[in-house]
Amino acid sequence: MSWLGPEEWQAVALSLKVAGWATALSLPVAIWVAHLLARKEFPGKQVVNGLVHLPLILPPVVTGYLLLLTFGGTAPVGALLTKLGLPLAFRWTGAALAAAIMGFPLMVRAIRLSIEAVDPKLEAAAATLGAGRWSVFATITLPLALPGIIAGAILGFAKAMGEFGATITFVSNIPGETRTVPSAIYSFLQVPGGESAALRLVVISIIIAMGALVASEVLARRIAKRMEDA
Amino acid sequence: MTQPALSITLRAKRPGFDLDVDVSAPAGLTVLFGASGSGKTSVVDAVAGLTRDVSGRITVGDHVLLDSAQGICLSAHERRIGYVFQDARLFPHLTVRRNLDYARRVTRQPADTARFDRVVEMLGIGHLLDRRTPRLSGGEKQRVAIGRALLSRPQLILADEPLAALDDPRKEEILPYFERLRDEGEVPILYVTHSTTEVARLATTVVALENGRVVRQGNAIEVLGDPSFSPGDVRSVGAVIEARVAAHHNDGLTELNAGGIPLFLPRIARDPGTPVRVRIAAQDVILSRGRPEGISALNCLPGVVHEVQEGAGPGAILSLDTSAGRVLARITKRSLAALDLSVGTALYAIVKTVAVAPSDVGGPKG
Repeated sequence: MSWLGPEEWQAVALSLKVAGWATALSLPVAIWVAHLLARKEFPGKQVVNGLVHLPLILPPVVTGYLLLLTFGGTAPVGALLTKLGLPLAFRWTGAALAAAIMGFPLMVRAIRLSIEAVDPKLEAAAATLGAGRWSVFATITLPLALPGIIAGAILGFAKAMGEFGATITFVSNIPGETRTVPSAIYSFLQVPGGESAALRLVVISIIIAMGALVASEVLARRIAKRMEDA
Repeated sequence: MTQPALSITLRAKRPGFDLDVDVSAPAGLTVLFGASGSGKTSVVDAVAGLTRDVSGRITVGDHVLLDSAQGICLSAHERRIGYVFQDARLFPHLTVRRNLDYARRVTRQPADTARFDRVVEMLGIGHLLDRRTPRLSGGEKQRVAIGRALLSRPQLILADEPLAALDDPRKEEILPYFERLRDEGEVPILYVTHSTTEVARLATTVVALENGRVVRQGNAIEVLGDPSFSPGDVRSVGAVIEARVAAHHNDGLTELNAGGIPLFLPRIARDPGTPVRVRIAAQDVILSRGRPEGISALNCLPGVVHEVQEGAGPGAILSLDTSAGRVLARITKRSLAALDLSVGTALYAIVKTVAVAPSDVGGPKG
Protein backbone atom coordinates (compact mmCIF):
# COMPACT_ATOMS: atom_id res chain seq x y z
CA MET A 1 0.00 0.00 0.00
CA SER A 2 2.60 2.45 -1.13
CA TRP A 3 0.05 5.14 -1.79
CA LEU A 4 -0.54 5.36 1.97
CA GLY A 5 1.83 7.52 4.01
CA PRO A 6 3.50 5.97 7.05
CA GLU A 7 1.19 7.85 9.40
CA GLU A 8 -1.89 6.69 7.54
CA TRP A 9 -0.64 3.11 7.34
CA GLN A 10 0.03 3.20 11.07
CA ALA A 11 -3.55 4.27 11.72
CA VAL A 12 -4.95 1.48 9.54
CA ALA A 13 -2.76 -1.17 11.18
CA LEU A 14 -3.68 0.11 14.63
CA SER A 15 -7.38 0.13 13.81
CA LEU A 16 -7.22 -3.46 12.58
CA LYS A 17 -5.37 -4.50 15.74
CA VAL A 18 -7.78 -2.65 18.04
CA ALA A 19 -10.90 -3.92 16.25
CA GLY A 20 -9.51 -7.46 16.02
CA TRP A 21 -8.81 -7.67 19.72
CA ALA A 22 -12.06 -5.96 20.63
CA THR A 23 -14.05 -8.45 18.56
CA ALA A 24 -12.12 -11.54 19.64
CA LEU A 25 -12.40 -10.75 23.33
CA SER A 26 -15.99 -9.54 23.41
CA LEU A 27 -17.44 -12.27 21.16
CA PRO A 28 -17.44 -15.06 23.79
CA VAL A 29 -18.96 -12.69 26.35
CA ALA A 30 -21.54 -11.53 23.83
CA ILE A 31 -22.51 -15.15 23.04
CA TRP A 32 -22.85 -15.90 26.74
CA VAL A 33 -24.96 -12.80 27.43
CA ALA A 34 -27.07 -13.35 24.30
CA HIS A 35 -27.76 -16.95 25.35
CA LEU A 36 -28.69 -15.75 28.83
CA LEU A 37 -31.11 -13.18 27.44
CA ALA A 38 -32.54 -15.54 24.83
CA ARG A 39 -33.05 -18.64 26.94
CA LYS A 40 -33.07 -17.89 30.65
CA GLU A 41 -35.49 -16.19 32.94
CA PHE A 42 -33.88 -14.59 35.96
CA PRO A 43 -34.54 -11.65 38.24
CA GLY A 44 -32.94 -8.49 36.92
CA LYS A 45 -33.05 -9.67 33.30
CA GLN A 46 -34.38 -6.30 32.16
CA VAL A 47 -31.57 -4.54 34.02
CA VAL A 48 -28.96 -6.68 32.29
CA ASN A 49 -30.70 -6.06 28.98
CA GLY A 50 -30.66 -2.33 29.65
CA LEU A 51 -27.01 -2.26 30.64
CA VAL A 52 -26.04 -4.16 27.51
CA HIS A 53 -27.85 -1.65 25.32
CA LEU A 54 -26.69 1.42 27.20
CA PRO A 55 -23.65 2.13 24.97
CA LEU A 56 -25.98 2.17 21.97
CA ILE A 57 -28.10 4.93 23.47
CA LEU A 58 -25.65 7.00 25.50
CA PRO A 59 -23.62 9.66 23.75
CA PRO A 60 -20.28 7.94 23.01
CA VAL A 61 -18.49 10.77 24.83
CA VAL A 62 -20.38 9.81 27.98
CA THR A 63 -19.38 6.18 27.64
CA GLY A 64 -15.79 7.27 27.10
CA TYR A 65 -15.86 9.50 30.12
CA LEU A 66 -17.35 6.72 32.28
CA LEU A 67 -14.56 4.44 31.09
CA LEU A 68 -12.03 7.07 32.04
CA LEU A 69 -13.60 7.38 35.48
CA THR A 70 -13.45 3.62 35.95
CA PHE A 71 -10.24 2.61 34.19
CA GLY A 72 -8.20 5.82 34.29
CA GLY A 73 -4.71 5.61 35.78
CA THR A 74 -5.83 6.99 39.12
CA ALA A 75 -9.19 5.24 39.33
CA PRO A 76 -9.18 2.14 41.58
CA VAL A 77 -9.79 -0.40 38.83
CA GLY A 78 -7.40 1.37 36.45
CA ALA A 79 -4.68 1.53 39.10
CA LEU A 80 -5.08 -2.16 39.83
CA LEU A 81 -4.86 -3.08 36.14
CA THR A 82 -1.79 -0.87 35.73
CA LYS A 83 -0.17 -2.70 38.63
CA LEU A 84 -1.04 -6.00 36.96
CA GLY A 85 0.72 -4.80 33.80
CA LEU A 86 -2.38 -3.98 31.77
CA PRO A 87 -2.72 -0.20 31.75
CA LEU A 88 -5.68 0.96 29.69
CA ALA A 89 -5.86 4.74 29.79
CA PHE A 90 -4.22 6.37 26.77
CA ARG A 91 -3.11 2.97 25.47
CA TRP A 92 -4.25 0.96 22.47
CA THR A 93 -5.59 -1.62 24.96
CA GLY A 94 -7.96 1.06 26.21
CA ALA A 95 -9.00 1.79 22.63
CA ALA A 96 -9.77 -1.92 22.24
CA LEU A 97 -11.87 -1.87 25.43
CA ALA A 98 -13.80 1.20 24.26
CA ALA A 99 -14.38 -0.37 20.84
CA ALA A 100 -15.48 -3.65 22.43
CA ILE A 101 -18.00 -1.93 24.68
CA MET A 102 -19.40 0.19 21.87
CA GLY A 103 -19.78 -2.85 19.59
CA PHE A 104 -21.13 -5.12 22.30
CA PRO A 105 -24.86 -4.24 22.02
CA LEU A 106 -24.81 -4.82 18.27
CA MET A 107 -23.17 -8.21 18.72
CA VAL A 108 -25.56 -9.27 21.46
CA ARG A 109 -28.61 -8.23 19.44
CA ALA A 110 -27.61 -10.21 16.37
CA ILE A 111 -26.56 -13.28 18.33
CA ARG A 112 -29.59 -13.19 20.59
CA LEU A 113 -31.93 -13.18 17.60
CA SER A 114 -30.17 -16.15 16.06
CA ILE A 115 -30.22 -18.11 19.32
CA GLU A 116 -33.92 -17.36 19.73
CA ALA A 117 -34.44 -18.78 16.25
CA VAL A 118 -32.96 -22.13 17.29
CA ASP A 119 -35.86 -24.46 18.05
CA PRO A 120 -35.76 -25.32 21.77
CA LYS A 121 -37.34 -28.64 20.80
CA LEU A 122 -34.07 -29.63 19.15
CA GLU A 123 -32.24 -28.81 22.36
CA ALA A 124 -34.73 -30.93 24.30
CA ALA A 125 -34.19 -33.79 21.85
CA ALA A 126 -30.43 -33.51 22.37
CA ALA A 127 -30.93 -33.66 26.14
CA THR A 128 -32.95 -36.88 25.86
CA LEU A 129 -30.04 -38.34 23.89
CA GLY A 130 -27.73 -37.78 26.84
CA ALA A 131 -26.29 -34.35 26.14
CA GLY A 132 -25.75 -32.22 29.23
CA ARG A 133 -26.37 -28.49 29.18
CA TRP A 134 -22.93 -27.58 27.90
CA SER A 135 -23.00 -30.32 25.26
CA VAL A 136 -26.40 -29.18 24.01
CA PHE A 137 -25.09 -25.65 23.72
CA ALA A 138 -21.88 -26.63 21.96
CA THR A 139 -23.35 -29.21 19.57
CA ILE A 140 -26.81 -27.84 18.81
CA THR A 141 -27.37 -24.22 19.80
CA LEU A 142 -24.01 -22.82 18.77
CA PRO A 143 -23.76 -24.42 15.31
CA LEU A 144 -27.38 -23.59 14.49
CA ALA A 145 -26.89 -19.98 15.60
CA LEU A 146 -23.62 -19.66 13.72
CA PRO A 147 -24.85 -17.39 10.90
CA GLY A 148 -26.11 -14.89 13.47
CA ILE A 149 -22.92 -15.17 15.48
CA ILE A 150 -20.86 -14.38 12.40
CA ALA A 151 -23.13 -11.48 11.55
CA GLY A 152 -22.78 -10.22 15.12
CA ALA A 153 -19.01 -10.51 15.03
CA ILE A 154 -18.80 -8.62 11.74
CA LEU A 155 -21.10 -5.88 13.03
CA GLY A 156 -19.02 -5.63 16.17
CA PHE A 157 -15.82 -5.48 14.13
CA ALA A 158 -17.20 -2.78 11.86
CA LYS A 159 -18.38 -0.76 14.83
CA ALA A 160 -14.95 -1.18 16.46
CA MET A 161 -13.22 0.03 13.29
CA GLY A 162 -15.36 3.15 13.25
CA GLU A 163 -15.55 3.95 16.95
CA PHE A 164 -14.57 7.55 17.58
CA GLY A 165 -16.31 9.36 20.44
CA ALA A 166 -15.70 6.97 23.33
CA THR A 167 -12.19 6.17 22.10
CA ILE A 168 -10.99 9.74 21.81
CA THR A 169 -12.49 10.60 25.21
CA PHE A 170 -11.01 7.61 26.99
CA VAL A 171 -7.61 7.15 25.34
CA SER A 172 -7.16 10.41 23.43
CA ASN A 173 -5.59 10.58 19.99
CA ILE A 174 -1.94 9.56 20.27
CA PRO A 175 -0.22 8.68 16.97
CA GLY A 176 0.94 5.09 16.95
CA GLU A 177 -0.86 4.28 20.19
CA THR A 178 -4.48 5.32 20.02
CA ARG A 179 -4.86 7.15 16.71
CA THR A 180 -7.19 4.79 14.89
CA VAL A 181 -8.53 5.50 11.40
CA PRO A 182 -11.45 7.71 12.53
CA SER A 183 -9.18 9.70 14.87
CA ALA A 184 -6.63 10.03 12.08
CA ILE A 185 -9.26 11.27 9.63
CA TYR A 186 -10.41 13.76 12.22
CA SER A 187 -6.82 14.89 12.83
CA PHE A 188 -6.01 15.23 9.13
CA LEU A 189 -9.09 17.36 8.66
CA GLN A 190 -7.89 19.71 11.37
CA VAL A 191 -4.66 20.62 9.55
CA PRO A 192 -4.43 22.53 6.27
CA GLY A 193 -3.71 20.23 3.32
CA GLY A 194 -4.73 17.11 5.17
CA GLU A 195 -7.76 16.43 3.00
CA SER A 196 -6.04 14.04 0.61
CA ALA A 197 -4.70 11.89 3.44
CA ALA A 198 -8.13 11.94 5.05
CA LEU A 199 -9.72 10.94 1.76
CA ARG A 200 -7.36 7.99 1.36
CA LEU A 201 -8.34 6.79 4.84
CA VAL A 202 -11.98 7.24 3.96
CA VAL A 203 -11.48 5.00 0.94
CA ILE A 204 -9.70 2.42 3.10
CA SER A 205 -12.54 2.55 5.62
CA ILE A 206 -15.09 1.93 2.90
CA ILE A 207 -13.07 -0.98 1.49
CA ILE A 208 -12.71 -2.62 4.90
CA ALA A 209 -16.37 -2.15 5.74
CA MET A 210 -17.55 -3.52 2.40
CA GLY A 211 -15.10 -6.41 2.65
CA ALA A 212 -16.41 -7.30 6.08
CA LEU A 213 -20.00 -7.17 4.89
CA VAL A 214 -19.34 -9.31 1.83
CA ALA A 215 -17.36 -11.81 3.89
CA SER A 216 -20.18 -12.14 6.41
CA GLU A 217 -22.77 -12.55 3.65
CA VAL A 218 -20.76 -15.25 1.95
CA LEU A 219 -20.09 -17.10 5.19
CA ALA A 220 -23.67 -16.89 6.41
CA ARG A 221 -24.95 -18.07 3.04
CA ARG A 222 -22.57 -20.97 2.94
CA ILE A 223 -23.65 -22.07 6.40
CA ALA A 224 -27.33 -21.69 5.65
CA LYS A 225 -26.89 -23.71 2.48
CA ARG A 226 -25.01 -26.42 4.32
CA MET A 227 -27.87 -26.72 6.77
CA GLU A 228 -30.67 -26.80 4.24
CA ASP A 229 -29.16 -28.89 1.50
CA ALA A 230 -29.18 -32.59 1.24
CA MET B 1 -46.22 -59.63 41.95
CA THR B 2 -43.22 -59.13 39.74
CA GLN B 3 -41.77 -55.69 39.46
CA PRO B 4 -43.45 -53.66 36.71
CA ALA B 5 -41.23 -52.67 33.80
CA LEU B 6 -42.55 -49.17 34.08
CA SER B 7 -44.21 -47.45 36.97
CA ILE B 8 -45.41 -43.86 36.89
CA THR B 9 -47.09 -41.94 39.66
CA LEU B 10 -47.48 -38.27 38.83
CA ARG B 11 -49.19 -35.19 40.15
CA ALA B 12 -48.96 -31.86 38.39
CA LYS B 13 -50.97 -28.77 37.66
CA ARG B 14 -51.55 -28.09 33.99
CA PRO B 15 -53.60 -25.41 32.32
CA GLY B 16 -57.12 -26.78 32.03
CA PHE B 17 -56.65 -29.89 34.16
CA ASP B 18 -54.76 -31.47 37.01
CA LEU B 19 -52.57 -34.38 36.12
CA ASP B 20 -53.08 -37.26 38.51
CA VAL B 21 -51.78 -40.46 37.03
CA ASP B 22 -50.88 -43.84 38.40
CA VAL B 23 -49.60 -46.29 35.81
CA SER B 24 -47.99 -49.65 36.28
CA ALA B 25 -47.10 -51.56 33.14
CA PRO B 26 -45.44 -54.88 32.36
CA ALA B 27 -42.77 -55.27 29.69
CA GLY B 28 -43.81 -54.71 26.11
CA LEU B 29 -45.52 -51.74 24.60
CA THR B 30 -47.76 -49.57 26.74
CA VAL B 31 -50.06 -47.23 24.90
CA LEU B 32 -51.11 -43.98 26.51
CA PHE B 33 -54.41 -43.43 24.82
CA GLY B 34 -56.64 -40.39 24.93
CA ALA B 35 -57.97 -37.35 23.13
CA SER B 36 -55.75 -34.33 22.69
CA GLY B 37 -55.56 -32.36 25.89
CA SER B 38 -56.02 -35.45 28.04
CA GLY B 39 -52.50 -35.18 29.43
CA LYS B 40 -50.64 -37.77 27.36
CA THR B 41 -47.81 -35.50 26.33
CA SER B 42 -47.57 -34.10 29.87
CA VAL B 43 -46.94 -37.64 31.07
CA VAL B 44 -44.26 -38.51 28.52
CA ASP B 45 -42.50 -35.17 28.95
CA ALA B 46 -42.41 -35.77 32.70
CA VAL B 47 -41.04 -39.27 32.16
CA ALA B 48 -38.39 -37.89 29.81
CA GLY B 49 -37.46 -35.19 32.31
CA LEU B 50 -38.30 -32.41 29.87
CA THR B 51 -40.79 -30.95 32.34
CA ARG B 52 -39.80 -31.06 35.95
CA ASP B 53 -42.56 -29.21 37.77
CA VAL B 54 -44.19 -32.51 38.71
CA SER B 55 -44.20 -34.58 41.83
CA GLY B 56 -44.43 -38.32 42.20
CA ARG B 57 -42.32 -41.30 41.42
CA ILE B 58 -41.20 -42.80 38.11
CA THR B 59 -39.26 -46.02 37.82
CA VAL B 60 -38.09 -48.04 34.83
CA GLY B 61 -37.23 -51.51 36.04
CA ASP B 62 -35.24 -50.81 39.20
CA HIS B 63 -33.98 -47.48 37.92
CA VAL B 64 -35.49 -44.48 39.70
CA LEU B 65 -35.95 -41.44 37.46
CA LEU B 66 -38.03 -39.37 39.82
CA ASP B 67 -38.84 -39.73 43.48
CA SER B 68 -40.10 -36.48 44.94
CA ALA B 69 -40.31 -37.97 48.43
CA GLN B 70 -36.59 -38.66 48.36
CA GLY B 71 -35.69 -35.54 46.42
CA ILE B 72 -34.55 -37.50 43.35
CA CYS B 73 -35.18 -35.94 39.97
CA LEU B 74 -32.73 -36.93 37.25
CA SER B 75 -32.05 -34.47 34.44
CA ALA B 76 -33.27 -35.40 30.99
CA HIS B 77 -29.75 -36.27 29.87
CA GLU B 78 -29.27 -38.70 32.76
CA ARG B 79 -32.45 -40.68 32.20
CA ARG B 80 -31.36 -42.82 29.25
CA ILE B 81 -34.64 -42.50 27.45
CA GLY B 82 -34.98 -42.82 23.71
CA TYR B 83 -37.62 -40.27 22.79
CA VAL B 84 -39.19 -40.52 19.34
CA PHE B 85 -40.99 -37.24 18.78
CA GLN B 86 -43.99 -36.66 16.54
CA ASP B 87 -41.96 -34.14 14.55
CA ALA B 88 -38.82 -36.33 14.44
CA ARG B 89 -36.64 -33.41 15.58
CA LEU B 90 -33.60 -34.49 13.61
CA PHE B 91 -30.70 -32.09 13.85
CA PRO B 92 -30.70 -30.10 10.59
CA HIS B 93 -26.99 -29.29 10.65
CA LEU B 94 -25.90 -32.91 10.88
CA THR B 95 -25.98 -35.78 8.41
CA VAL B 96 -28.14 -38.82 9.07
CA ARG B 97 -25.04 -40.68 10.23
CA ARG B 98 -24.13 -37.97 12.72
CA ASN B 99 -27.71 -37.79 13.94
CA LEU B 100 -27.66 -41.53 14.58
CA ASP B 101 -24.29 -41.26 16.25
CA TYR B 102 -25.16 -38.20 18.31
CA ALA B 103 -25.95 -39.93 21.63
CA ARG B 104 -22.79 -42.00 21.48
CA ARG B 105 -20.61 -38.97 20.78
CA VAL B 106 -22.02 -36.71 23.49
CA THR B 107 -21.82 -39.47 26.07
CA ARG B 108 -18.31 -40.37 24.88
CA GLN B 109 -19.04 -44.06 24.34
CA PRO B 110 -16.75 -46.11 22.13
CA ALA B 111 -18.09 -46.82 18.65
CA ASP B 112 -20.11 -50.01 18.36
CA THR B 113 -20.23 -50.57 14.62
CA ALA B 114 -21.99 -53.92 14.91
CA ARG B 115 -24.90 -52.33 16.79
CA PHE B 116 -24.91 -49.30 14.50
CA ASP B 117 -25.04 -51.50 11.41
CA ARG B 118 -27.76 -53.68 12.87
CA VAL B 119 -30.02 -50.71 13.61
CA VAL B 120 -29.32 -49.12 10.22
CA GLU B 121 -30.13 -52.38 8.48
CA MET B 122 -33.30 -53.03 10.46
CA LEU B 123 -34.64 -49.58 9.60
CA GLY B 124 -33.42 -49.70 6.01
CA ILE B 125 -31.68 -46.34 6.18
CA GLY B 126 -28.26 -47.36 4.92
CA HIS B 127 -28.64 -45.36 1.70
CA LEU B 128 -29.46 -42.20 3.67
CA LEU B 129 -26.43 -42.10 5.94
CA ASP B 130 -24.59 -39.28 4.19
CA ARG B 131 -27.68 -37.20 3.49
CA ARG B 132 -28.62 -34.14 5.47
CA THR B 133 -31.89 -34.43 7.27
CA PRO B 134 -34.10 -31.51 6.12
CA ARG B 135 -34.73 -33.08 2.72
CA LEU B 136 -35.70 -36.54 3.91
CA SER B 137 -39.32 -37.61 3.47
CA GLY B 138 -41.56 -37.83 6.53
CA GLY B 139 -41.23 -41.61 6.74
CA GLU B 140 -37.47 -41.49 6.32
CA LYS B 141 -37.17 -38.85 9.02
CA GLN B 142 -39.18 -40.94 11.44
CA ARG B 143 -37.10 -44.04 10.71
CA VAL B 144 -33.92 -42.09 11.38
CA ALA B 145 -35.48 -40.72 14.58
CA ILE B 146 -36.27 -44.25 15.74
CA GLY B 147 -32.70 -45.30 14.95
CA ARG B 148 -31.27 -42.32 16.79
CA ALA B 149 -33.37 -43.17 19.86
CA LEU B 150 -32.38 -46.84 19.72
CA LEU B 151 -28.69 -46.06 19.39
CA SER B 152 -28.76 -44.00 22.58
CA ARG B 153 -29.00 -47.37 24.37
CA PRO B 154 -32.19 -46.37 26.13
CA GLN B 155 -33.73 -48.25 29.02
CA LEU B 156 -37.13 -46.96 27.90
CA ILE B 157 -38.42 -45.80 24.54
CA LEU B 158 -40.95 -42.99 24.50
CA ALA B 159 -42.90 -42.36 21.34
CA ASP B 160 -45.21 -39.36 21.27
CA GLU B 161 -47.65 -39.85 18.38
CA PRO B 162 -44.79 -40.85 16.09
CA LEU B 163 -47.14 -41.50 13.17
CA ALA B 164 -49.50 -38.56 13.56
CA ALA B 165 -47.68 -36.39 11.04
CA LEU B 166 -47.53 -39.13 8.39
CA ASP B 167 -49.98 -40.15 5.68
CA ASP B 168 -51.45 -43.67 5.73
CA PRO B 169 -48.90 -45.43 3.51
CA ARG B 170 -46.12 -43.89 5.61
CA LYS B 171 -47.84 -45.08 8.78
CA GLU B 172 -47.84 -48.60 7.35
CA GLU B 173 -44.14 -48.16 6.67
CA ILE B 174 -43.32 -47.28 10.30
CA LEU B 175 -45.76 -49.44 12.30
CA PRO B 176 -43.89 -52.72 11.75
CA TYR B 177 -40.76 -51.27 13.35
CA PHE B 178 -42.63 -50.63 16.56
CA GLU B 179 -44.14 -54.13 16.38
CA ARG B 180 -40.66 -55.49 16.01
CA LEU B 181 -39.24 -53.46 18.90
CA ARG B 182 -42.12 -54.62 21.06
CA ASP B 183 -41.55 -58.25 20.13
CA GLU B 184 -37.80 -58.12 20.61
CA GLY B 185 -38.71 -57.10 24.13
CA GLU B 186 -35.34 -55.56 24.93
CA VAL B 187 -36.72 -52.24 26.03
CA PRO B 188 -40.14 -51.27 27.35
CA ILE B 189 -41.95 -48.76 25.15
CA LEU B 190 -44.36 -46.04 26.19
CA TYR B 191 -46.33 -45.03 23.13
CA VAL B 192 -48.74 -42.13 22.91
CA THR B 193 -51.55 -42.15 20.39
CA HIS B 194 -55.20 -41.34 19.87
CA SER B 195 -55.56 -43.85 17.05
CA THR B 196 -57.43 -47.06 17.84
CA THR B 197 -55.74 -48.76 14.90
CA GLU B 198 -52.37 -48.17 16.52
CA VAL B 199 -53.68 -49.37 19.87
CA ALA B 200 -55.01 -52.53 18.27
CA ARG B 201 -51.80 -53.16 16.35
CA LEU B 202 -49.25 -52.33 18.99
CA ALA B 203 -50.47 -52.30 22.55
CA THR B 204 -49.53 -54.89 25.12
CA THR B 205 -51.08 -52.67 27.75
CA VAL B 206 -53.53 -49.82 27.31
CA VAL B 207 -53.70 -46.83 29.62
CA ALA B 208 -56.61 -44.57 28.75
CA LEU B 209 -56.37 -40.96 29.92
CA GLU B 210 -59.14 -38.41 30.28
CA ASN B 211 -58.61 -34.93 31.69
CA GLY B 212 -55.31 -35.91 33.23
CA ARG B 213 -56.62 -39.03 34.91
CA VAL B 214 -56.32 -42.72 34.12
CA VAL B 215 -59.82 -43.96 33.35
CA ARG B 216 -58.83 -47.46 32.34
CA GLN B 217 -55.68 -49.54 32.24
CA GLY B 218 -54.95 -53.16 31.58
CA ASN B 219 -54.13 -55.81 29.01
CA ALA B 220 -54.88 -54.42 25.55
CA ILE B 221 -56.94 -57.38 24.31
CA GLU B 222 -59.09 -57.32 27.43
CA VAL B 223 -59.60 -53.57 27.37
CA LEU B 224 -60.41 -53.45 23.65
CA GLY B 225 -62.81 -56.36 24.04
CA ASP B 226 -64.78 -54.58 26.74
CA PRO B 227 -67.93 -52.93 25.38
CA SER B 228 -67.84 -50.31 28.12
CA PHE B 229 -64.44 -49.08 26.95
CA SER B 230 -65.19 -46.19 24.65
CA PRO B 231 -62.27 -44.81 22.69
CA GLY B 232 -64.02 -41.53 21.90
CA ASP B 233 -65.64 -42.26 18.57
CA VAL B 234 -68.02 -45.27 18.52
CA ARG B 235 -67.00 -45.95 14.95
CA SER B 236 -63.53 -46.87 16.18
CA VAL B 237 -64.75 -49.45 18.69
CA GLY B 238 -63.43 -52.88 17.89
CA ALA B 239 -61.95 -55.94 19.56
CA VAL B 240 -58.67 -57.57 18.71
CA ILE B 241 -58.39 -61.30 18.26
CA GLU B 242 -55.23 -63.32 18.12
CA ALA B 243 -54.82 -65.84 15.37
CA ARG B 244 -52.26 -67.67 13.28
CA VAL B 245 -51.78 -67.60 9.52
CA ALA B 246 -53.04 -70.99 8.28
CA ALA B 247 -52.72 -70.76 4.50
CA HIS B 248 -52.71 -68.45 1.53
CA HIS B 249 -55.26 -69.27 -1.12
CA ASN B 250 -54.73 -68.50 -4.76
CA ASP B 251 -57.91 -66.43 -5.02
CA GLY B 252 -56.13 -63.70 -3.05
CA LEU B 253 -57.31 -64.66 0.41
CA THR B 254 -55.37 -65.53 3.50
CA GLU B 255 -56.88 -68.03 5.89
CA LEU B 256 -56.25 -67.60 9.58
CA ASN B 257 -56.82 -70.04 12.34
CA ALA B 258 -58.44 -68.22 15.25
CA GLY B 259 -58.88 -70.69 18.10
CA GLY B 260 -59.91 -73.42 15.66
CA ILE B 261 -62.20 -71.22 13.58
CA PRO B 262 -61.15 -70.31 10.03
CA LEU B 263 -61.09 -66.59 9.26
CA PHE B 264 -60.62 -65.30 5.73
CA LEU B 265 -58.93 -61.99 5.05
CA PRO B 266 -57.56 -60.24 2.01
CA ARG B 267 -54.04 -61.52 1.42
CA ILE B 268 -51.52 -60.46 4.07
CA ALA B 269 -47.80 -60.78 3.56
CA ARG B 270 -46.98 -63.12 6.40
CA ASP B 271 -45.82 -66.70 6.37
CA PRO B 272 -48.11 -69.56 7.42
CA GLY B 273 -47.68 -70.23 11.12
CA THR B 274 -47.04 -66.57 11.99
CA PRO B 275 -49.14 -65.26 14.85
CA VAL B 276 -51.12 -62.12 13.99
CA ARG B 277 -53.47 -59.73 15.72
CA VAL B 278 -56.61 -58.79 13.84
CA ARG B 279 -58.76 -55.84 14.74
CA ILE B 280 -62.41 -56.37 13.95
CA ALA B 281 -64.35 -53.13 14.02
CA ALA B 282 -67.59 -53.50 15.96
CA GLN B 283 -69.55 -51.81 13.20
CA ASP B 284 -68.40 -54.41 10.67
CA VAL B 285 -69.94 -57.29 12.61
CA ILE B 286 -73.41 -58.59 11.79
CA LEU B 287 -75.22 -60.78 14.31
CA SER B 288 -77.50 -63.66 13.45
CA ARG B 289 -79.51 -66.00 15.63
CA GLY B 290 -79.08 -68.95 13.32
CA ARG B 291 -76.20 -70.05 11.15
CA PRO B 292 -76.74 -67.94 8.08
CA GLU B 293 -77.15 -69.58 4.70
CA GLY B 294 -76.70 -68.04 1.32
CA ILE B 295 -74.85 -64.89 2.28
CA SER B 296 -71.62 -63.58 0.86
CA ALA B 297 -69.73 -63.03 4.09
CA LEU B 298 -67.08 -65.69 4.55
CA ASN B 299 -66.47 -65.44 8.26
CA CYS B 300 -68.93 -66.81 10.75
CA LEU B 301 -68.02 -67.13 14.40
CA PRO B 302 -70.38 -68.94 16.76
CA GLY B 303 -70.48 -67.34 20.21
CA VAL B 304 -72.41 -66.35 23.27
CA VAL B 305 -73.36 -62.82 24.37
CA HIS B 306 -71.15 -61.83 27.28
CA GLU B 307 -72.22 -58.27 27.88
CA VAL B 308 -74.60 -55.70 26.44
CA GLN B 309 -73.81 -52.02 26.65
CA GLU B 310 -76.58 -49.75 25.47
CA GLY B 311 -75.41 -46.35 24.30
CA ALA B 312 -77.13 -43.01 24.68
CA GLY B 313 -78.00 -42.97 20.97
CA PRO B 314 -79.75 -45.60 18.86
CA GLY B 315 -76.87 -48.08 19.14
CA ALA B 316 -75.71 -50.80 21.49
CA ILE B 317 -72.43 -52.62 21.77
CA LEU B 318 -72.34 -56.31 22.56
CA SER B 319 -69.39 -58.42 23.49
CA LEU B 320 -69.44 -62.05 22.44
CA ASP B 321 -67.34 -64.91 23.64
CA THR B 322 -66.25 -66.99 20.68
CA SER B 323 -63.56 -69.62 20.50
CA ALA B 324 -61.54 -67.07 18.53
CA GLY B 325 -61.68 -64.74 21.51
CA ARG B 326 -63.81 -61.81 22.45
CA VAL B 327 -65.52 -59.97 19.60
CA LEU B 328 -67.46 -56.70 19.79
CA ALA B 329 -70.47 -55.92 17.67
CA ARG B 330 -72.30 -52.63 17.32
CA ILE B 331 -75.93 -52.94 16.38
CA THR B 332 -79.05 -50.83 16.84
CA LYS B 333 -81.21 -51.09 19.93
CA ARG B 334 -84.03 -51.98 17.57
CA SER B 335 -82.14 -55.10 16.39
CA LEU B 336 -81.24 -55.88 19.96
CA ALA B 337 -84.94 -56.01 20.79
CA ALA B 338 -85.99 -57.71 17.55
CA LEU B 339 -83.50 -60.54 18.04
CA ASP B 340 -84.23 -60.60 21.76
CA LEU B 341 -80.55 -60.64 22.64
CA SER B 342 -79.35 -60.73 26.21
CA VAL B 343 -76.40 -62.09 28.15
CA GLY B 344 -76.02 -65.78 27.44
CA THR B 345 -77.81 -65.80 24.07
CA ALA B 346 -76.05 -68.03 21.55
CA LEU B 347 -75.60 -66.54 18.11
CA TYR B 348 -73.29 -66.09 15.15
CA ALA B 349 -71.04 -63.13 14.43
CA ILE B 350 -70.56 -62.50 10.75
CA VAL B 351 -67.62 -60.50 9.48
CA LYS B 352 -67.11 -59.49 5.88
CA THR B 353 -63.67 -60.47 4.68
CA VAL B 354 -63.10 -57.21 2.87
CA ALA B 355 -64.05 -55.20 5.96
CA VAL B 356 -60.72 -56.11 7.50
CA ALA B 357 -58.20 -53.64 6.17
CA PRO B 358 -54.53 -54.58 5.97
CA SER B 359 -53.84 -51.90 8.58
CA ASP B 360 -56.05 -53.84 10.99
CA VAL B 361 -53.72 -56.82 10.90
CA GLY B 362 -50.72 -56.57 13.13
CA GLY B 363 -47.59 -58.52 13.77
CA PRO B 364 -47.07 -61.30 16.29
CA LYS B 365 -47.88 -61.36 19.94
CA GLY B 366 -48.95 -58.45 22.07
